[in-house]
Amino acid sequence: MTSAPATQDLALSARGVRMEYLDRGTRERFVAIDSLDLDIKQGEFVTIVGPSGCGKSTFVKLVNGLLSATEGEILVRSVAKGKSDAMVFQDSALFPWYKIIDNVSYGLVCAGVSKKQAHERAMPLIKLVGLGGFENKYPYQLSGGMQQRANLARALCVDPAILLMDEPFAALDAQTREVMQAELLRIWRGAEAEGGARKTVLFITHQIEEAVFLSDRVIVMSARPGRIMEDIRIDLPRPRDLHVKRTPEFQEYQEQIWQLIASQLKAAASQFGGSTE
Amino acid sequence: MTAGTQMIAVTSNAERHRSRLPRWYRRREASILSFSGLAAFVIIWQVAAQIGQLDFTFFFASPTGIIEAASKEVQLPRFWDDVATSAWELLAGSGVALGLGVPIGLAIGWYRRVGFMFDPWLNFFNALPRIALLPLLVLWLGLGTEMKIAAVSLGAFFSIVVPTAQGVKTVDRNLLDVGRSMDASQGRIFTSIVLPATVPYIISGIRIAIGRGLIGVVVAEFYAQTKGIGVIIVKSQQALNSDRMLFGIILFTISGILLSYATSLLERRFQKWRPGQDMEE
Repeated sequence: MTSAPATQDLALSARGVRMEYLDRGTRERFVAIDSLDLDIKQGEFVTIVGPSGCGKSTFVKLVNGLLSATEGEILVRSVAKGKSDAMVFQDSALFPWYKIIDNVSYGLVCAGVSKKQAHERAMPLIKLVGLGGFENKYPYQLSGGMQQRANLARALCVDPAILLMDEPFAALDAQTREVMQAELLRIWRGAEAEGGARKTVLFITHQIEEAVFLSDRVIVMSARPGRIMEDIRIDLPRPRDLHVKRTPEFQEYQEQIWQLIASQLKAAASQFGGSTE
Repeated sequence: MTAGTQMIAVTSNAERHRSRLPRWYRRREASILSFSGLAAFVIIWQVAAQIGQLDFTFFFASPTGIIEAASKEVQLPRFWDDVATSAWELLAGSGVALGLGVPIGLAIGWYRRVGFMFDPWLNFFNALPRIALLPLLVLWLGLGTEMKIAAVSLGAFFSIVVPTAQGVKTVDRNLLDVGRSMDASQGRIFTSIVLPATVPYIISGIRIAIGRGLIGVVVAEFYAQTKGIGVIIVKSQQALNSDRMLFGIILFTISGILLSYATSLLERRFQKWRPGQDMEE
C-alpha cells in the first residue's frame, strides 16, 4: 500500500497484526501471522490467497472476534444500523435443528429482534440467494450448494458493514463452485440494490482462479508465518460473468499469482528437504 | 482388444427369481416372517406342554396356562394394586433420575470445573454394582415404595447423566463459533445450540435408563416383598405356579416394550431435523 486512503473511506484497517499459537502436542509456540498491515476500503471486494497454513483463515477469525491477536490492532468500521461484520463459514455450519428461515434470521434474533420481524426481514434475503420456497426445509434436505446459499443469507441478514467469507465454496464440487462464484457476484450486486451501500467483502480462498474472478484486489500471503507478499489490483470490468475466465487478461493475473505462490511452495519444500517437483 | 477375451454378463437374475412370489407377500415379507417365527414358537411350546407329563407343566408353563392364570389374576383388585404400585415406582423413579440427571449432566458437560468435581464420583458409582446398595436403602427408607423409587432412580440416573454430559462436550465447535460470531448471549448459545445438540444423547440415555429402571423395580420388589408385580413373581415361585409367574414376567416385558415405544415417539417429536425422519415431507 503506497498511499493510505482517508480513514472515513475505510471498512477495515489492520496494523502490525501478529498471531502466535501454542501447539498442544509439542508445547511449542509457532507464529501463524506476522506483522500484517491491511486496509480495505468501503465497498471493496478483497480476497486473500495463500498456501494452506498461511494463516488466512486465522485472519478472518481475528477480524470477526472469534480469536484475539497476540499483537497489533484491527479496526472495523462501526455502523449505526446492522452489525459491523458477519461471517460466512467454511462448512455451511447451519443449525441442523432449525428450519432455513430460522437459520437465516438467527443473527437478528440474537440482536433482540422479535421472531416474527426477523422472519419478515429474512424472506427477501432467502429469495435473493435463490432459496425461495425452501424456507421451511431443514438443512439436511438441501444440497451442499443450497446450504452455502443459506449460510450467505444468514450473514447478509444482519446487514453487516463487512462480509467475511472463509473459504465458503471449498467443500463444493467444481461445477457447483463455478455457479456459486457467479451467484455470489450477482447477490453482491443485488444486496447493493436493496441496501443502498455496496457491501465490503473479505474473501478467503486457496483457489487462484476464484480469487481473480471475484475480487477488486487479491492479497497474496506467504507460507508460515503468514505475511503479505503482494497486493494485486484486478482491473477486469464488472459486472463479470464466467466468460471472463477465458480472457487473456484473466489468465495473466492467474499466472502472476501462481508464480508467487509456487515460489512459496518451493521454498517450503526445500526447507523440509523434499524435491521441488 | 486382446484376441480371446470374452464378455461376461454381470446383470443379476435375482430380480426374476423374486418376482415369482406374489406382490402382497413381497411387500410385507419382513412382518409376515417375524410374526410366523413368534407364532411357531408359541405353537411348539403349547404342543410340547400338552404331550409332556404332568410334572413337566409343573415347572414349565404352557401358553394356554398363562392365559388362564392371567384371566384369573385380572379379576382380583389386589392384582391392579400390584400393577399400579410397580408402575408408580418405575415412573416416579425414572422421573427423579431424569429430573436430576439432565441438569447435572448439562452442568458437568458445560462447566469444565463442575465436570472435574463430578468425574471421580461418576466413576465410583459406575464401578459400584448399585444393587449392592439395596440393604442401605432399606435401612434409610424402609421396605415401602420410597425405597423402590430410590432403587429405580439409582439405576437410571447414571445412564442419563453420562450421555448428557457427553452430548454437551461433543457439540460441534463450528456451531458454537456461529453463535459467538453473531454475538449471542451465553444463555442463547445454551438454549439454541447446546441443548438441541444434546437432545439425541439424552434420548439414547433414556432408552438405556428404561432397562436399568425396570431392573431396579424387579430387584427391589424381590428384595422387599410388599407389593408389586415382582412380588407376584416371587409368590408364584413359592407356590410352584409357573403359569402365574410367567404372566408377571410378561407384564414387565410389555411395560419395557411400551416405554421403549414411547421413547421412539419422543425421538420423532424432537428430532424432525435429523435425516431419516419423515424424509418424504
